Amino acid sequence: MGGGSQKSEIRSQKSEARSQIADVGNPIAQTIGQRAEAEQRKIIINQGVLSKNDALAQGNRSLFRSKHLLTLNIVSSPGSGKTAFIERTLTDIKGRLRGGVVVGDLATDNDARRIARSGAPAIQITTGDTCHLDAEMVALATAKLDLDALDVLIIENVGNLVCPSSYDLGEDLRVVMLAVTEGEDKPLKYPTMFKTADVVIVNKVDIAEAVGFDRETALSNIHRMTPQAVVFEVSARTGQGMEGWYNFLEQRAAGRK
Amino acid sequence: MHEISVMQSAMEIAVESAKAQGAQQIHCVTMRVGALAGVAPDSLEFAFPIVAKGTMAEGATLEIEFVPAQCHCASCNSDFEPQDFFYACPHCGALTVDLLHGKELELAYLEVS
Repeated sequence: MGGGSQKSEIRSQKSEARSQIADVGNPIAQTIGQRAEAEQRKIIINQGVLSKNDALAQGNRSLFRSKHLLTLNIVSSPGSGKTAFIERTLTDIKGRLRGGVVVGDLATDNDARRIARSGAPAIQITTGDTCHLDAEMVALATAKLDLDALDVLIIENVGNLVCPSSYDLGEDLRVVMLAVTEGEDKPLKYPTMFKTADVVIVNKVDIAEAVGFDRETALSNIHRMTPQAVVFEVSARTGQGMEGWYNFLEQRAAGRK
Repeated sequence: MHEISVMQSAMEIAVESAKAQGAQQIHCVTMRVGALAGVAPDSLEFAFPIVAKGTMAEGATLEIEFVPAQCHCASCNSDFEPQDFFYACPHCGALTVDLLHGKELELAYLEVS
Protein backbone atom coordinates (compact mmCIF):
# COMPACT_ATOMS: atom_id res chain seq x y z
CA MET A 1 0.00 0.00 0.00
CA GLY A 2 2.74 2.42 1.06
CA GLY A 3 4.72 1.59 -2.10
CA GLY A 4 1.69 2.33 -4.28
CA SER A 5 1.01 5.77 -2.89
CA GLN A 6 4.72 6.57 -3.02
CA LYS A 7 4.73 5.67 -6.71
CA SER A 8 1.71 7.77 -7.52
CA GLU A 9 3.31 10.64 -5.64
CA ILE A 10 6.39 10.33 -7.78
CA ARG A 11 4.23 10.19 -10.90
CA SER A 12 2.37 13.35 -9.99
CA GLN A 13 5.64 15.09 -9.17
CA LYS A 14 6.99 14.06 -12.54
CA SER A 15 4.00 15.31 -14.49
CA GLU A 16 4.05 18.52 -12.50
CA ALA A 17 7.68 18.97 -13.35
CA ARG A 18 6.98 18.27 -17.03
CA SER A 19 4.17 20.77 -17.22
CA GLN A 20 6.35 23.37 -15.48
CA ILE A 21 9.13 22.86 -17.98
CA ALA A 22 6.68 22.84 -20.88
CA ASP A 23 5.21 26.08 -19.60
CA VAL A 24 8.46 27.87 -20.10
CA GLY A 25 8.45 26.76 -23.72
CA ASN A 26 11.49 24.49 -23.54
CA PRO A 27 11.57 22.71 -26.94
CA ILE A 28 13.42 19.67 -25.55
CA ALA A 29 10.81 19.19 -22.84
CA GLN A 30 8.05 19.48 -25.43
CA THR A 31 9.66 16.76 -27.52
CA ILE A 32 9.90 14.49 -24.48
CA GLY A 33 6.24 15.19 -23.74
CA GLN A 34 5.19 14.30 -27.27
CA ARG A 35 7.26 11.15 -27.19
CA ALA A 36 5.60 10.08 -23.96
CA GLU A 37 2.23 10.68 -25.59
CA ALA A 38 3.20 8.69 -28.66
CA GLU A 39 4.31 5.74 -26.54
CA GLN A 40 2.88 2.46 -27.67
CA ARG A 41 0.33 0.84 -25.42
CA LYS A 42 -1.67 -2.31 -25.50
CA ILE A 43 -5.47 -2.47 -25.77
CA ILE A 44 -7.07 -5.75 -24.80
CA ILE A 45 -10.05 -6.53 -27.05
CA ASN A 46 -10.85 -10.27 -26.85
CA GLN A 47 -13.82 -9.98 -29.14
CA GLY A 48 -15.03 -12.53 -31.66
CA VAL A 49 -14.27 -11.30 -35.16
CA LEU A 50 -17.66 -12.54 -36.32
CA SER A 51 -19.46 -11.28 -33.20
CA LYS A 52 -21.56 -8.91 -35.33
CA ASN A 53 -22.71 -11.83 -37.48
CA ASP A 54 -23.31 -13.97 -34.40
CA ALA A 55 -25.49 -11.27 -32.84
CA LEU A 56 -27.51 -10.88 -36.06
CA ALA A 57 -27.84 -14.67 -36.29
CA GLN A 58 -29.16 -14.75 -32.74
CA GLY A 59 -31.70 -12.11 -33.75
CA ASN A 60 -32.78 -14.27 -36.72
CA ARG A 61 -33.05 -17.30 -34.44
CA SER A 62 -35.29 -15.46 -31.97
CA LEU A 63 -37.51 -14.24 -34.79
CA PHE A 64 -37.78 -17.69 -36.42
CA ARG A 65 -38.55 -19.32 -33.08
CA SER A 66 -41.22 -16.74 -32.29
CA LYS A 67 -42.81 -17.72 -35.62
CA HIS A 68 -42.58 -21.43 -34.66
CA LEU A 69 -40.42 -22.14 -37.69
CA LEU A 70 -38.05 -25.04 -38.19
CA THR A 71 -35.05 -23.49 -39.95
CA LEU A 72 -32.50 -25.46 -41.97
CA ASN A 73 -29.16 -24.28 -43.36
CA ILE A 74 -28.27 -26.62 -46.22
CA VAL A 75 -24.62 -26.69 -47.26
CA SER A 76 -22.65 -28.80 -49.74
CA SER A 77 -20.11 -28.61 -52.53
CA PRO A 78 -21.38 -27.18 -55.83
CA GLY A 79 -23.32 -29.81 -57.74
CA SER A 80 -24.22 -32.18 -54.88
CA GLY A 81 -27.90 -31.65 -55.63
CA LYS A 82 -29.08 -29.17 -52.99
CA THR A 83 -31.57 -27.46 -55.28
CA ALA A 84 -33.03 -30.71 -56.64
CA PHE A 85 -33.30 -32.02 -53.06
CA ILE A 86 -35.14 -28.88 -51.91
CA GLU A 87 -37.45 -28.89 -54.99
CA ARG A 88 -38.40 -32.51 -54.34
CA THR A 89 -38.87 -31.95 -50.62
CA LEU A 90 -41.17 -28.95 -51.11
CA THR A 91 -43.22 -30.70 -53.78
CA ASP A 92 -43.65 -33.89 -51.75
CA ILE A 93 -44.41 -32.34 -48.36
CA LYS A 94 -47.18 -30.11 -49.73
CA GLY A 95 -50.22 -30.64 -47.52
CA ARG A 96 -48.03 -31.82 -44.63
CA LEU A 97 -45.75 -28.84 -44.09
CA ARG A 98 -45.62 -25.33 -45.53
CA GLY A 99 -42.11 -24.59 -46.75
CA GLY A 100 -40.32 -21.44 -47.87
CA VAL A 101 -36.82 -21.01 -49.24
CA VAL A 102 -33.99 -18.53 -49.25
CA VAL A 103 -31.35 -19.51 -51.77
CA GLY A 104 -27.85 -18.09 -52.15
CA ASP A 105 -25.71 -18.10 -55.26
CA LEU A 106 -22.88 -15.98 -56.54
CA ALA A 107 -24.95 -15.05 -59.59
CA THR A 108 -28.26 -15.81 -61.39
CA ASP A 109 -31.70 -16.45 -59.91
CA ASN A 110 -32.01 -19.83 -61.67
CA ASP A 111 -32.28 -21.75 -58.40
CA ALA A 112 -35.05 -19.58 -56.98
CA ARG A 113 -36.98 -19.98 -60.23
CA ARG A 114 -36.50 -23.76 -60.13
CA ILE A 115 -37.69 -23.93 -56.51
CA ALA A 116 -40.64 -21.61 -57.19
CA ARG A 117 -41.99 -24.27 -59.60
CA SER A 118 -42.83 -26.34 -56.52
CA GLY A 119 -45.28 -23.57 -55.57
CA ALA A 120 -43.31 -22.61 -52.45
CA PRO A 121 -42.15 -19.01 -51.96
CA ALA A 122 -38.47 -18.62 -52.81
CA ILE A 123 -36.20 -15.61 -52.40
CA GLN A 124 -32.88 -15.48 -54.25
CA ILE A 125 -29.84 -13.87 -52.68
CA THR A 126 -27.07 -13.14 -55.16
CA THR A 127 -23.91 -12.70 -53.17
CA GLY A 128 -21.72 -11.33 -55.97
CA ASP A 129 -18.26 -12.60 -55.14
CA THR A 130 -19.01 -13.62 -51.55
CA CYS A 131 -18.53 -17.34 -51.00
CA HIS A 132 -21.07 -17.77 -48.19
CA LEU A 133 -24.33 -16.42 -46.81
CA ASP A 134 -24.20 -14.37 -43.64
CA ALA A 135 -26.87 -13.58 -41.05
CA GLU A 136 -27.55 -10.10 -42.43
CA MET A 137 -28.28 -11.40 -45.95
CA VAL A 138 -30.67 -13.95 -44.46
CA ALA A 139 -32.39 -11.28 -42.34
CA LEU A 140 -32.94 -9.07 -45.41
CA ALA A 141 -34.18 -11.97 -47.55
CA THR A 142 -36.54 -13.45 -44.95
CA ALA A 143 -38.11 -10.01 -44.46
CA LYS A 144 -39.58 -10.58 -47.94
CA LEU A 145 -41.26 -13.84 -46.85
CA ASP A 146 -44.51 -14.20 -44.94
CA LEU A 147 -43.01 -16.20 -42.08
CA ASP A 148 -46.40 -16.64 -40.39
CA ALA A 149 -47.48 -18.73 -43.37
CA LEU A 150 -44.57 -21.19 -43.04
CA ASP A 151 -43.66 -24.24 -40.96
CA VAL A 152 -40.22 -24.85 -42.43
CA LEU A 153 -37.69 -22.29 -43.66
CA ILE A 154 -34.98 -23.78 -45.84
CA ILE A 155 -31.84 -21.74 -46.45
CA GLU A 156 -29.81 -23.05 -49.36
CA ASN A 157 -26.28 -21.80 -48.84
CA VAL A 158 -23.71 -21.07 -51.54
CA GLY A 159 -22.11 -24.28 -52.84
CA ASN A 160 -18.97 -24.38 -50.71
CA LEU A 161 -17.88 -26.66 -47.85
CA VAL A 162 -15.36 -24.26 -46.32
CA CYS A 163 -16.49 -20.67 -45.79
CA PRO A 164 -20.15 -21.19 -44.75
CA SER A 165 -18.98 -23.21 -41.74
CA SER A 166 -17.91 -20.01 -39.94
CA TYR A 167 -21.22 -18.16 -40.35
CA ASP A 168 -24.17 -18.86 -38.10
CA LEU A 169 -27.36 -17.82 -39.90
CA GLY A 170 -29.78 -18.46 -37.02
CA GLU A 171 -30.73 -21.94 -38.16
CA ASP A 172 -31.98 -24.78 -35.97
CA LEU A 173 -30.28 -27.47 -37.98
CA ARG A 174 -27.23 -27.49 -40.19
CA VAL A 175 -27.75 -29.98 -42.98
CA VAL A 176 -24.56 -31.05 -44.78
CA MET A 177 -25.03 -32.86 -48.09
CA LEU A 178 -22.66 -34.95 -50.14
CA ALA A 179 -23.34 -36.87 -53.33
CA VAL A 180 -22.06 -40.40 -53.92
CA THR A 181 -20.02 -39.01 -56.83
CA GLU A 182 -17.88 -37.01 -54.41
CA GLY A 183 -16.17 -40.00 -52.82
CA GLU A 184 -16.27 -41.73 -49.44
CA ASP A 185 -13.58 -39.54 -47.94
CA LYS A 186 -15.40 -36.21 -48.35
CA PRO A 187 -16.10 -35.92 -44.58
CA LEU A 188 -12.38 -36.40 -43.91
CA LYS A 189 -11.46 -33.61 -46.29
CA TYR A 190 -13.83 -31.05 -44.77
CA PRO A 191 -13.76 -31.76 -41.04
CA THR A 192 -14.69 -28.23 -39.97
CA MET A 193 -17.97 -28.36 -41.86
CA PHE A 194 -18.87 -31.96 -41.07
CA LYS A 195 -18.11 -31.49 -37.37
CA THR A 196 -20.88 -28.92 -37.18
CA ALA A 197 -23.53 -31.03 -38.97
CA ASP A 198 -26.82 -31.92 -37.31
CA VAL A 199 -27.96 -33.85 -40.36
CA VAL A 200 -25.94 -35.46 -43.16
CA ILE A 201 -27.67 -36.21 -46.47
CA VAL A 202 -26.01 -38.70 -48.83
CA ASN A 203 -27.58 -37.83 -52.18
CA LYS A 204 -27.70 -39.54 -55.61
CA VAL A 205 -27.72 -43.05 -54.12
CA ASP A 206 -29.51 -44.24 -57.29
CA ILE A 207 -26.18 -44.04 -59.13
CA ALA A 208 -24.00 -45.30 -56.26
CA GLU A 209 -23.23 -48.60 -57.92
CA ALA A 210 -22.36 -47.06 -61.27
CA VAL A 211 -19.77 -44.75 -59.68
CA GLY A 212 -18.35 -47.45 -57.38
CA PHE A 213 -19.43 -45.73 -54.17
CA ASP A 214 -18.20 -47.63 -51.09
CA ARG A 215 -21.24 -47.16 -48.85
CA GLU A 216 -19.86 -48.84 -45.71
CA THR A 217 -16.68 -46.74 -45.71
CA ALA A 218 -18.63 -43.55 -46.38
CA LEU A 219 -21.08 -44.15 -43.52
CA SER A 220 -18.25 -45.08 -41.18
CA ASN A 221 -16.39 -41.87 -42.09
CA ILE A 222 -19.52 -39.79 -41.56
CA HIS A 223 -20.24 -41.42 -38.22
CA ARG A 224 -16.69 -41.07 -36.95
CA MET A 225 -16.45 -37.46 -38.09
CA THR A 226 -19.85 -36.39 -36.80
CA PRO A 227 -21.25 -38.98 -34.37
CA GLN A 228 -24.12 -36.65 -33.40
CA ALA A 229 -25.59 -36.29 -36.90
CA VAL A 230 -28.71 -38.01 -38.22
CA VAL A 231 -27.90 -39.54 -41.62
CA PHE A 232 -30.28 -39.97 -44.58
CA GLU A 233 -29.34 -41.81 -47.76
CA VAL A 234 -31.51 -40.46 -50.56
CA SER A 235 -31.97 -39.86 -54.23
CA ALA A 236 -33.66 -36.52 -54.85
CA ARG A 237 -34.16 -37.66 -58.47
CA THR A 238 -35.96 -40.97 -57.85
CA GLY A 239 -37.34 -40.17 -54.39
CA GLN A 240 -35.56 -43.13 -52.77
CA GLY A 241 -35.12 -42.62 -49.01
CA MET A 242 -36.92 -39.26 -49.03
CA GLU A 243 -39.86 -40.42 -46.90
CA GLY A 244 -37.60 -40.90 -43.87
CA TRP A 245 -36.38 -37.33 -44.32
CA TYR A 246 -39.94 -35.98 -44.48
CA ASN A 247 -40.91 -37.83 -41.31
CA PHE A 248 -37.88 -36.35 -39.58
CA LEU A 249 -38.85 -32.85 -40.76
CA GLU A 250 -42.43 -33.32 -39.55
CA GLN A 251 -41.24 -34.48 -36.16
CA ARG A 252 -38.83 -31.58 -35.75
CA ALA A 253 -41.34 -29.02 -37.06
CA ALA A 254 -43.94 -30.31 -34.57
CA GLY A 255 -41.39 -29.70 -31.82
CA ARG A 256 -41.35 -26.00 -32.76
CA LYS A 257 -45.10 -25.52 -32.29
CA MET B 1 -11.57 -17.61 -49.51
CA HIS B 2 -13.58 -15.65 -46.97
CA GLU B 3 -10.45 -14.48 -45.17
CA ILE B 4 -10.73 -11.02 -46.75
CA SER B 5 -14.19 -10.50 -45.24
CA VAL B 6 -13.04 -11.98 -41.91
CA MET B 7 -10.11 -9.57 -41.97
CA GLN B 8 -12.45 -6.67 -42.79
CA SER B 9 -14.61 -7.50 -39.77
CA ALA B 10 -11.50 -7.72 -37.58
CA MET B 11 -10.25 -4.39 -38.91
CA GLU B 12 -13.60 -2.68 -38.23
CA ILE B 13 -13.44 -3.79 -34.60
CA ALA B 14 -9.76 -2.82 -34.35
CA VAL B 15 -10.25 0.70 -35.73
CA GLU B 16 -13.39 1.34 -33.64
CA SER B 17 -11.64 0.17 -30.47
CA ALA B 18 -8.46 2.13 -31.17
CA LYS B 19 -10.43 5.32 -31.87
CA ALA B 20 -12.49 4.84 -28.73
CA GLN B 21 -9.23 4.72 -26.79
CA GLY B 22 -8.00 7.91 -28.42
CA ALA B 23 -5.24 6.22 -30.41
CA GLN B 24 -3.85 7.67 -33.64
CA GLN B 25 -2.09 4.65 -35.02
CA ILE B 26 -2.34 0.87 -34.78
CA HIS B 27 1.08 -0.78 -34.81
CA CYS B 28 0.25 -4.40 -34.20
CA VAL B 29 -2.91 -6.48 -34.36
CA THR B 30 -3.00 -9.82 -32.56
CA MET B 31 -5.62 -12.38 -33.51
CA ARG B 32 -6.45 -15.73 -31.94
CA VAL B 33 -7.28 -18.42 -34.49
CA GLY B 34 -8.46 -21.91 -33.58
CA ALA B 35 -7.58 -25.06 -35.51
CA LEU B 36 -11.27 -25.41 -36.40
CA ALA B 37 -12.10 -21.76 -37.01
CA GLY B 38 -12.42 -22.47 -40.72
CA VAL B 39 -9.88 -19.86 -41.73
CA ALA B 40 -6.30 -20.29 -42.90
CA PRO B 41 -3.78 -18.16 -40.99
CA ASP B 42 -1.71 -17.77 -44.20
CA SER B 43 -4.69 -16.27 -46.01
CA LEU B 44 -5.33 -13.88 -43.10
CA GLU B 45 -1.73 -12.72 -43.35
CA PHE B 46 -2.20 -12.22 -47.07
CA ALA B 47 -5.41 -10.25 -46.54
CA PHE B 48 -4.13 -8.06 -43.69
CA PRO B 49 -2.05 -5.43 -45.57
CA ILE B 50 -4.72 -5.17 -48.28
CA VAL B 51 -7.46 -4.47 -45.75
CA ALA B 52 -5.21 -2.24 -43.59
CA LYS B 53 -4.30 0.05 -46.50
CA GLY B 54 -5.70 3.54 -46.03
CA THR B 55 -6.70 2.91 -42.40
CA MET B 56 -4.95 3.81 -39.15
CA ALA B 57 -3.52 0.27 -39.23
CA GLU B 58 -1.64 0.77 -42.48
CA GLY B 59 1.89 -0.55 -42.03
CA ALA B 60 0.95 -2.49 -38.89
CA THR B 61 2.03 -6.06 -38.28
CA LEU B 62 -0.32 -8.99 -37.76
CA GLU B 63 0.40 -11.57 -35.09
CA ILE B 64 -1.61 -14.79 -35.01
CA GLU B 65 -1.91 -16.92 -31.87
CA PHE B 66 -2.86 -20.39 -33.02
CA VAL B 67 -5.20 -22.31 -30.69
CA PRO B 68 -5.07 -26.11 -31.04
CA ALA B 69 -8.24 -28.16 -30.66
CA GLN B 70 -9.08 -29.38 -27.16
CA CYS B 71 -11.93 -31.77 -26.43
CA HIS B 72 -13.83 -33.00 -23.44
CA CYS B 73 -14.75 -36.68 -23.24
CA ALA B 74 -18.07 -37.12 -21.44
CA SER B 75 -17.59 -40.91 -21.19
CA CYS B 76 -14.49 -40.82 -19.01
CA ASN B 77 -14.66 -37.17 -17.96
CA SER B 78 -11.24 -36.14 -19.25
CA ASP B 79 -9.91 -33.33 -21.46
CA PHE B 80 -7.59 -34.13 -24.32
CA GLU B 81 -5.94 -32.68 -27.40
CA PRO B 82 -7.20 -34.71 -30.35
CA GLN B 83 -4.57 -36.30 -32.54
CA ASP B 84 -6.95 -36.86 -35.47
CA PHE B 85 -10.08 -35.27 -36.86
CA PHE B 86 -12.31 -37.93 -35.34
CA TYR B 87 -11.64 -36.69 -31.80
CA ALA B 88 -11.34 -40.20 -30.43
CA CYS B 89 -10.59 -40.05 -26.72
CA PRO B 90 -7.08 -41.44 -26.12
CA HIS B 91 -8.22 -42.85 -22.75
CA CYS B 92 -11.43 -44.68 -23.62
CA GLY B 93 -11.77 -44.42 -27.42
CA ALA B 94 -15.17 -42.69 -27.32
CA LEU B 95 -15.92 -40.19 -30.10
CA THR B 96 -16.70 -36.72 -28.89
CA VAL B 97 -18.09 -33.49 -30.30
CA ASP B 98 -17.55 -31.44 -27.17
CA LEU B 99 -14.95 -28.92 -28.26
CA LEU B 100 -13.46 -26.79 -25.47
CA HIS B 101 -11.02 -24.89 -27.69
CA GLY B 102 -10.29 -24.67 -31.37
CA LYS B 103 -13.15 -22.59 -32.76
CA GLU B 104 -11.68 -19.26 -31.66
CA LEU B 105 -11.64 -16.48 -34.21
CA GLU B 106 -10.98 -13.42 -32.10
CA LEU B 107 -9.34 -10.07 -32.13
CA ALA B 108 -7.15 -10.45 -29.03
CA TYR B 109 -5.35 -7.13 -28.58
CA LEU B 110 -3.81 -4.15 -30.28
CA GLU B 111 -0.60 -2.18 -29.90
CA VAL B 112 -1.47 1.45 -30.48
CA SER B 113 -0.13 4.94 -29.95
